Amino acid sequence: MATEALQHSDVTHHYLRAKKKFPNVWCAGCGNGIIMGALIRSIDKLGLDKNEVAVVSGIGCSSRLPVYLDFNTLHTTHGRALAFATGVKIAKPHMKVIVITGDGDALAIGGNHFIHAARRNIDITAILINNKIYGMTGGQFSPTTTGGAFATTAPYGNYEKQFDVVKLAAAAGASYVARGTVYHVQQMEKLIEGGIKKKGFALVEVVSNCHTYYGRLNREGDAVAMISWMKDHAMPIQAAVKLPPEKMVGKFITGVIHETDATEFCDEYQKLVERLAAKEAEK
Amino acid sequence: MKKEFTGKARLLQGNEACVAGAIYAGVEFYAGYPITPSTEIAEGLARALPKIGGKFIQMEDEIASIAAVIGASNAGCKSMTATSGPGYSLMQENIGYAYMTETPCVIVNAQRGGPSTGLPTKISQSDTMQARWGTHGDYTSITVAPSSVREAFEETVRAFNLSERFRTPVTVLTDEVLGHMREMMIMPEPGELEVKERIKPNVPSDWYKHFELTPTFVSPMASFGDGYRYNVTGLTHDQEGFPTNVASEIREKLDKLRNKIERFTGEIYKLRSEMMDDAKIAVFSYGMVARAAYQAVKMARAKRIRVGAIQPLTIWPFADNQIHDLLTNVKKVIVAELNMGQLVHEIRRVAPRHVEVIFMGRYDGEVMTPQQILDKIKEVK
Repeated sequence: MATEALQHSDVTHHYLRAKKKFPNVWCAGCGNGIIMGALIRSIDKLGLDKNEVAVVSGIGCSSRLPVYLDFNTLHTTHGRALAFATGVKIAKPHMKVIVITGDGDALAIGGNHFIHAARRNIDITAILINNKIYGMTGGQFSPTTTGGAFATTAPYGNYEKQFDVVKLAAAAGASYVARGTVYHVQQMEKLIEGGIKKKGFALVEVVSNCHTYYGRLNREGDAVAMISWMKDHAMPIQAAVKLPPEKMVGKFITGVIHETDATEFCDEYQKLVERLAAKEAEK
Repeated sequence: MKKEFTGKARLLQGNEACVAGAIYAGVEFYAGYPITPSTEIAEGLARALPKIGGKFIQMEDEIASIAAVIGASNAGCKSMTATSGPGYSLMQENIGYAYMTETPCVIVNAQRGGPSTGLPTKISQSDTMQARWGTHGDYTSITVAPSSVREAFEETVRAFNLSERFRTPVTVLTDEVLGHMREMMIMPEPGELEVKERIKPNVPSDWYKHFELTPTFVSPMASFGDGYRYNVTGLTHDQEGFPTNVASEIREKLDKLRNKIERFTGEIYKLRSEMMDDAKIAVFSYGMVARAAYQAVKMARAKRIRVGAIQPLTIWPFADNQIHDLLTNVKKVIVAELNMGQLVHEIRRVAPRHVEVIFMGRYDGEVMTPQQILDKIKEVK
């Protein structure tokens, strides 16, 4: 661990870009900064070489995260982060590729890339920051906006159904699917760490808060109130499996929800290359 | 270089020549999605790339294909994709991202008739303007247009060279007939054609700026994993790659995108002309139509009509000065295209004032014949 001797705040600074002018673009109280801190600490704990980490993102509030980080960072087009990341990973399979995306970015415009990255089980860790709304464009409903909730494009309440991100990723073929929240920071660090360590496609959904739009439009209060709600409604999977269904009403499950071992895309491609080379050598 | 790709006469399809040209140029990464009439390029590279240590992936759509290509290029690979009209339309947003982030990559567009699904199995040259102006915003593009199987090979190699040299996406515009037509070609030996590599930085990582303004406007390019740890964004950015809203930096960026190509048109343009010395009429055409034009010019010369032919192999940037000069002594120029009139507007823009510009277009999915062009020459002489 490169920075074991450093103080807590020094660890964060070690991974932030000195030249980039702060402050960041996020509203005060936004969960994105908490997630950025957790990501940094997970990477530090794993002792990864900064040069060997690529962080790729799409468009939206969440996707502005990589620019502050001192890694190889690629801020791409709306919804396409996983497709760009697929190119990076295949080109340099030894690199750790982490994707930062949001609920609109990954599940609406990028839904196709999301299921196919999971299906290929390519060794990418996707951190999906779910704040249930389009924040950067000013509060429109997303594929995870709660039924009945208000958004600027759902002025009479949202009448659409929602994606369950965890079920979607697991069904599509991801090796590791976890959910955390911006309240449970230590758990989130462990989940991200687990995702990076896991060979194959890892999805970490982080439930976050957009008090500026979602909170205001739905009278859910400020950042503190919204994050407190997570504390009261998150149920670790270890406890959840023991509870009767009626006790789970209104709660959501956190922790590693799905984990499996399956062949990984880049490994399979490498095997093909070696098989063809062996055949060529026989000639 | 594998022996099977060089040094002997082979009967090749245009699409196969693009594959062979890409391998000759050192392609390391291909991502694509099946679409007629370009699919043989994906099929050829699916067979070849795993054998030569390259990477192939069939993506879920064309948007993802060009995204993966740009990702791989930033990770250091010479990268390409191939498609046709509908796929080329889907790729446009990310092609814009490649312009903005100055990421080298090659896109082959085997043109078919449009708009929309159009004519998947018929020839067209109706994506000429899309290759120049396809994505939103201000930028300058490079596009090459081969007219034979041999040229499909050579122009694919040149597209990679231009792309790496200028850090920009380059489009190879072919078409359904060229893609599927077979011709004999002698495969060039290694070293016979120039192969260029991108300029790498030679400064310590602390000094490196991914979009540094240099005298040639082209910035040396490090790859992910090289130890330079830069930021890439499609947002308008400063020389370090960080988003900017500062007017002077915005202007500097957009000027860089234009200047790095337009100031080097002399290096990029490639023009062929025949029998233009004493010509009073010129036939201007590109791609497959140029073949018919040369034949028509020969037939007309046999009838003592003083006519010549001009064929740009680089169609973007348009070689304004060179084409203007070639047209100085003619009275008329016939612009023959397989569309309703696209490059003819460029000729109207650059032709000397005394030159009458006559357009002949065909857009019924059929090729332009030498007889059609000859008839036009006779009509206007």
